[in-house]
Amino acid sequence: MALHTHPTHHPDDDLLVAYASGDLDEAWSLLVATHLAVCPICRSRVEAAETVGGALLENIPTDDLADLSDDALERALERVAATPPDFVGERDGSGSLICKSTSTVTPVLPQPLRDYAGGDVGELEWRRLGSSAFHIPLVSGRGAPAARLLKIPGGTAVPEHGHNGLELTLVLAGSFVDDGERFARGDVETADTDLEHQPYAEAGSDCICLAVTDAPLRFRGPMARLVQPFIGI
Amino acid sequence: MFVQAACSREHELVPFSRDVQAPHRDGIGCVLPRAMGVAKASVAMQSEDPDWSDVLVAVAGEDRSSFVALFRHFAPRVKSYMLRLGSEDSQAEELAQETLATVWRKANRYDPTRAAASTWIFTVARNLRIDAFRRANRPELDPEDPALVPDAPPLGDAVVEQKQNAERIRSALSALPDEQRKVLHMSFFESKTHSEIAVALGLPLGTVKSRIRLAFGRMKASIGDSDE
Ligand SMILES: [Zn+2]
Repeated sequence: MALHTHPTHHPDDDLLVAYASGDLDEAWSLLVATHLAVCPICRSRVEAAETVGGALLENIPTDDLADLSDDALERALERVAATPPDFVGERDGSGSLICKSTSTVTPVLPQPLRDYAGGDVGELEWRRLGSSAFHIPLVSGRGAPAARLLKIPGGTAVPEHGHNGLELTLVLAGSFVDDGERFARGDVETADTDLEHQPYAEAGSDCICLAVTDAPLRFRGPMARLVQPFIGI
Repeated sequence: MFVQAACSREHELVPFSRDVQAPHRDGIGCVLPRAMGVAKASVAMQSEDPDWSDVLVAVAGEDRSSFVALFRHFAPRVKSYMLRLGSEDSQAEELAQETLATVWRKANRYDPTRAAASTWIFTVARNLRIDAFRRANRPELDPEDPALVPDAPPLGDAVVEQKQNAERIRSALSALPDEQRKVLHMSFFESKTHSEIAVALGLPLGTVKSRIRLAFGRMKASIGDSDE
């Protein structure tokens, strides 16, 4: 059993707050939710942000409260009667919840990412990206932020690129180094508009990441400029 | 490398024990058998504001009078929330009723070690609002995913700790400078993205983000979460 180490690079708080308030685009939400699966620190931050939401709900001045219809309570009770309380999990004879998971291996892709990708890493159909990397588009942009899985073989560089917007990269397997900093499973790198960078995957296993961008990347290398029109990123 | 024991969940622990810890939950909480053990049907009858977590736990025990008390307190708040986020009156009314009905249905997932009642009800309302407005899909983590890295076990009484933290966050919130409270309020109660808040306030996006970070930094500091 592996020791759980917590990620050391987290998404910025404004993203966690937007996730908690419910106003984050799908692609960013996918990254935040997947990071939450492997980061108890950020789970507790999102809970703190939700506590703010709850406190604001409590703090609405009594004078400003909306009026409910006279039969609101009865109608809510009818709704409950129509769909009775749900059960979470099955219980055995002693009342304990039965554990349905039979998996002995932790998936590389946590939920909800696994659903988006259509399986865990071994089951995916990767598309070639440039000469050595692979990718799978998950959430396509059309003006909104886009998410894709990237697989970079250990010991190779991600094509050098700049950004028109924000790019977040969540590492799921392997590791990469960018500008002297190391990013491993669970870590999130935040790259801003002006950053020109060339991350490289550390030697060893493939580096698998979820990359989310809010604007198309601008690739720099001649090879990357050649492939960019084909791969549409 | 990421091999775990056959079942990473701890649900097989005996319910009703005070020592059960349930590190797994979904977007709105987790079944927490011990919650049943502390249900107090009488809490809803007090005239002062009761401890809403206790009331919610009593609702999980199918206590109707507790639900009525919870409804009277929270349904108008949830309706106001929906109205402020742009619902028509009839839709806000529907969503408020559905939120409270969902609260009863899912009360057995409420975990008082993780969230105040108002926090949990907020998340139920938020999720229904997202479904109703279909603004975007909102992927959620799966508390039963074997890939989930569990929380560290709580050091003391987790319910007490949760209540203290919620109280600290509330005081930190009321102590915020107006401009910081305003951006937080706009993110939660006006369904505005940070870019939209920037436009509405005539501020650069960077300023909005940094105000949110400053404001939220104070919330975190109040519960002992210093950065990194
Ligand atoms: Zn984190």
